[in-house]
Amino acid sequence: MALVEFADFSFKYLGADFLALRKVSASVNEGEYVVITGPSGCGKTTLCRAINGLVPHFHRGYIAGNVYVDGQNTREATVAQLASKVGLVFQNPANQLVTLNVEKEIAFGPENLGVEPQEVRKRVEDIIDLLNLEHLREKHPHEMSGGEQQRLAMAATLALKPKVLVADEPTSNLDPKSAELILGIIAELNKRNGMTVLLVEHRLDLVAKDASRVLLMDRGQIVADGPPRDILPMDISMEIGVGIPKATQVYRRLQAKGIELGRVPLTGEELAILVGEVHRL
Amino acid sequence: MIIVEDVHYSYDGIYTALRGASLQIEKGERVAIMGTNGAGKTTLIKHMNGLLRPQVGRVIVDGVDAKFLSIAELSRTVGLVWQNPDHQLFLDSVKKEIEFGLKNLGFTPEAAEEQCVKTLQNLGLEGFAERSPFALSGGERKRVALATVLATEPQVLALDEPTIGQDAHQKELLARMLMDLNERGRTVIVVTHDVEFVIENFPRTIAMAEGRIVADGSTAAVLSNDDVLERCSLTPPQLTVAARALHRLFPQVSERLSLLSELEDVVSEILGGMT
Repeated sequence: MALVEFADFSFKYLGADFLALRKVSASVNEGEYVVITGPSGCGKTTLCRAINGLVPHFHRGYIAGNVYVDGQNTREATVAQLASKVGLVFQNPANQLVTLNVEKEIAFGPENLGVEPQEVRKRVEDIIDLLNLEHLREKHPHEMSGGEQQRLAMAATLALKPKVLVADEPTSNLDPKSAELILGIIAELNKRNGMTVLLVEHRLDLVAKDASRVLLMDRGQIVADGPPRDILPMDISMEIGVGIPKATQVYRRLQAKGIELGRVPLTGEELAILVGEVHRL
Repeated sequence: MIIVEDVHYSYDGIYTALRGASLQIEKGERVAIMGTNGAGKTTLIKHMNGLLRPQVGRVIVDGVDAKFLSIAELSRTVGLVWQNPDHQLFLDSVKKEIEFGLKNLGFTPEAAEEQCVKTLQNLGLEGFAERSPFALSGGERKRVALATVLATEPQVLALDEPTIGQDAHQKELLARMLMDLNERGRTVIVVTHDVEFVIENFPRTIAMAEGRIVADGSTAAVLSNDDVLERCSLTPPQLTVAARALHRLFPQVSERLSLLSELEDVVSEILGGMT
């Protein structure tokens, strides 16, 4: 059974005059790593909100079709019930930080889900260690830089040990090294613990290599869905303005000149390896 | 011209965000400020329009010590776009939001409207004029916040993370608009983690770590210095990674390549004549 399933799902925010999502159908199985991408305003954030129930329980509006998470219809589940399965990292970290220090912030979620105090303490320490937050321990979340807040929001979400991690541009405020660190941890949790990941990102240079699948969205619809090496070199990815990895763009340009690399590179190293292979032939 | 001289700043008296930053930015430059999260980048640019005042050191804008100028006076010269658009937007339509700043600067209603339309067009926001900023997506809201400041065409534009939430197409529009303003003599300063945006559009890069400036020079030089990259938590862009990996296989390839066309040419040459 699919862990997350969109069945002909449409949504229009209250007061809006257009559909944010239009008849979206897609299912995500346990253990997948799905990157959601597409032009700004195409419905990526709405899709994320629909998975953890913020749409339609907090953001109200017109709704048609259904979303199922772990077999449960999100219309019938409460946001609290869904929170035990889905961890959502918001686009704007300041909107999700609620406490006055790092430890409390990380403990807040698990405590509210009724996790034992001893286990909560363990998770807090583990996460501080994992995400390199030791130096921020005493800093007030609202005095943190944008990037520091974003790391804390990710920490607080991972402390919930969610079955599904839904992250809406989780590294947009991070310096490149911190972004690499966080994305590396997410990829690791996906590979080692089988955590299902749905991640919204424009900069596919950073994430395409980790993803098993790319969902390309445009104007509220899913317009392409498949493995990154199939989807990213497609004309449609270029046309709707997705941030295709530069290595993949070089592949496309060479192809247009009649030079075939054989496989689609997603990283700089892969590009060099392919060029080396073709050169030896 | 903006001169920052040995500026120190601490928000709470315990943690020091800036520990002696000095720099000089000439009129008409395009400068990127990059570096580790919490390095003091945002704190630094907030000193340029008087939102923050140095606790030690001084800031000189067009020859006048900024301490003699009010925020209102400074922000006529230096327009700052915040990292988080929600801290900047407060009206119920995009049009009102943009015209607000213009009217404060003495634009007539007609001139303000004309400027508003033009700015929306330049940023790909046609059709957004009557919408509420709060019903827009994160990326769209970010562009509206940019539009409010870009519309006023200040002498110096300081943008904090302008590419966050922007797709490839929007980034191009933004770059084009910044280039256009720059060609008309405006100074453009961005704080960003987007290495590719910097390589493609900014000739000078200032790299920061722990409240200090650790490198200031041509973008190519700063971003190919491994020591600086390491200290400032930067990573080389994908094309430079590709160039370095290619260099190991084909020594004739320069490690410093960073543009798409350069890579395309060099690979075509290596595999030349193959079909």
